[in-house]
Amino acid sequence: MKQGRWRFLTKRVAFYLATSWSAITLNFLIPRLMPGDPSSVIVRQLQRQSGESVSPEAVAAIQKLFGDPRAGLLQQYWDYLVSIARLDFGLSVSRFPTPVGELLAEGLPWTLMLVGATTVVAFVLGTGLGIAAGWKPGGRLDGFLSPLSTFLTAVPYFWVALIALYVFGLVLGWFPLGGGYDPDLYGRPGFVGSVLEYMVMPATTIVFSAFGGWLLGMRNMMITTVSEDYVLLGKAKGLSAGRVMFRYAARNALLPSVTGFAMAIGGVLGGALLTEIVFSYPGIGYLLYDAVSKRDYPLMQGVFLLTTLTVLLANFVADSVYVMIDPRTREAGR
Amino acid sequence: MKVRIGIGIIVFFSVIAIIGPWLNDLMGIGPWKIDYDAIAEPPGAGHLLGTTSQGTDVLAQMIAGTRNSMVVGSVAGVIGVILSVVVGVTAGFFGGKVDAVLSFVTNMFLVLPVLPLTLIVAGYVQDTGPITIALIIGLFGWAAGARTLRAQTLSLRGRDFVMAMRMIGESKPRMIFVEVLPHLAGWISAMFLHLVLAAILAEAGLAFLGVSSADTISWGTVIDQARQVALLNGMWWWFVPPGLCIALLGTATGLVNFGIDEVMNPRLRTADIKAMRKALA
Repeated sequence: MKQGRWRFLTKRVAFYLATSWSAITLNFLIPRLMPGDPSSVIVRQLQRQSGESVSPEAVAAIQKLFGDPRAGLLQQYWDYLVSIARLDFGLSVSRFPTPVGELLAEGLPWTLMLVGATTVVAFVLGTGLGIAAGWKPGGRLDGFLSPLSTFLTAVPYFWVALIALYVFGLVLGWFPLGGGYDPDLYGRPGFVGSVLEYMVMPATTIVFSAFGGWLLGMRNMMITTVSEDYVLLGKAKGLSAGRVMFRYAARNALLPSVTGFAMAIGGVLGGALLTEIVFSYPGIGYLLYDAVSKRDYPLMQGVFLLTTLTVLLANFVADSVYVMIDPRTREAGR
Repeated sequence: MKVRIGIGIIVFFSVIAIIGPWLNDLMGIGPWKIDYDAIAEPPGAGHLLGTTSQGTDVLAQMIAGTRNSMVVGSVAGVIGVILSVVVGVTAGFFGGKVDAVLSFVTNMFLVLPVLPLTLIVAGYVQDTGPITIALIIGLFGWAAGARTLRAQTLSLRGRDFVMAMRMIGESKPRMIFVEVLPHLAGWISAMFLHLVLAAILAEAGLAFLGVSSADTISWGTVIDQARQVALLNGMWWWFVPPGLCIALLGTATGLVNFGIDEVMNPRLRTADIKAMRKALA
């Protein structure tokens, strides 16, 4: 019984390792697919952008990451893999000479906190409402929730964030306009409180934009499950509505939502990064904005690698949960 | 009814996208035309949706932006659909090693987050016009569709009518195009709509991050420009319309997809369920 689960998990580990490797390789290849050699192109572009010549140190930093044009491609690839293994992502060009790794390490906890918390809340909220809506399809609750979530899944996250910032931050003045904490309280007793206060608006907008997708998925699965024979049997046995709803129908309808996590988490993360930018939240999204607007390629690649690997890790966690809740994996191992 | 509203909205935006430039000329407004007497003016008689901080007309920009956003959406949608049909149907129909390889690639693209991926490619590509952006988005957005189509093809392949054709000795291309593909039409059209919306959202996200060429206007670039100035000055008429247009178009695709879902999965037909419950009561 245990064996099937282990076989499933080993397969998944192998898959995610292979995917991580291809993400790392993509990260290596994309700049090198550009015409010309990437380091000179980037240096030239930086020069054009800033209007002044790039310092030799910055050129060296770029060459370290994007390869010395004199070295062969395989040699470059090897050097690149070695530095990634050492968690060395090169030096940021826009904030020279801060290592990219250091910037990422500063931003990551903020993003993880924000995206982690909001994903859990959105998933629970959306799935819960989806159960309720799918239990009585076409009912009053469903008639209200389904169109609403269709609308919400179509709204760009950052636009909702802009509106929230305008209404609650600017017009009503209930919440701070941006940042991750009150700088006056840094390292003082009220710090945690201020972090929570600054998190309210970004977190609420992400939950608001994200829960509709979970709701729709769960609702559709619920509707399919509710008409199954075993649900009818449960009702016929005279079990309470709540028991049939959660233990019979919802439990089985939940599986695709857990699998769907793979597709959703990448989108949620993307949306969250943009939301961070609107609220000047000190996470990865803000770094990304900086990197793009200042053409800081080492930073851009670092952010790409970090977000991709995080998403892969989150997917692996979802897969492991799937193994635990789907009895079929115990036997089949597929 | 829902479907009709959805189709209506999509047709509306498509028409605007096509006749946009003439419509602007007809009303005597233009996305780049600066009205020095009306800078940052709220909606009113002269400018129906008000003006930006540079004195350009918001409505004219929205109309001009509709075309680029729709172009990005439909080009990316077409590319994504073609890729997912090719990969998904091939994997499902041929099975075996072909399936193993293609499924692996599909699953890989499925878990890679699209925004950072498109961003990094778009960041390196020098030309960031609408078509390029659409190409990049389409290139990375096909995986989910391919997975669905693979599963559907797999189940179609085992059906009696396909088996029968196989025994008669029909050629493989004919089986794929005549027997299998028509049955996937519903899925494919739902996927296309989904991709169009995803692409419009992605383009807006990229524009918001500053990846877009300076001389194109799309819904995304309007939001991006508005963000920098409009927000702090309370110019709501500038940043509300573009987001609302995206949301409206998205809702429309969602509504049409609801309809397609209900055709393909009769259990989801809420109207029927309602009628049934009434009949039983």
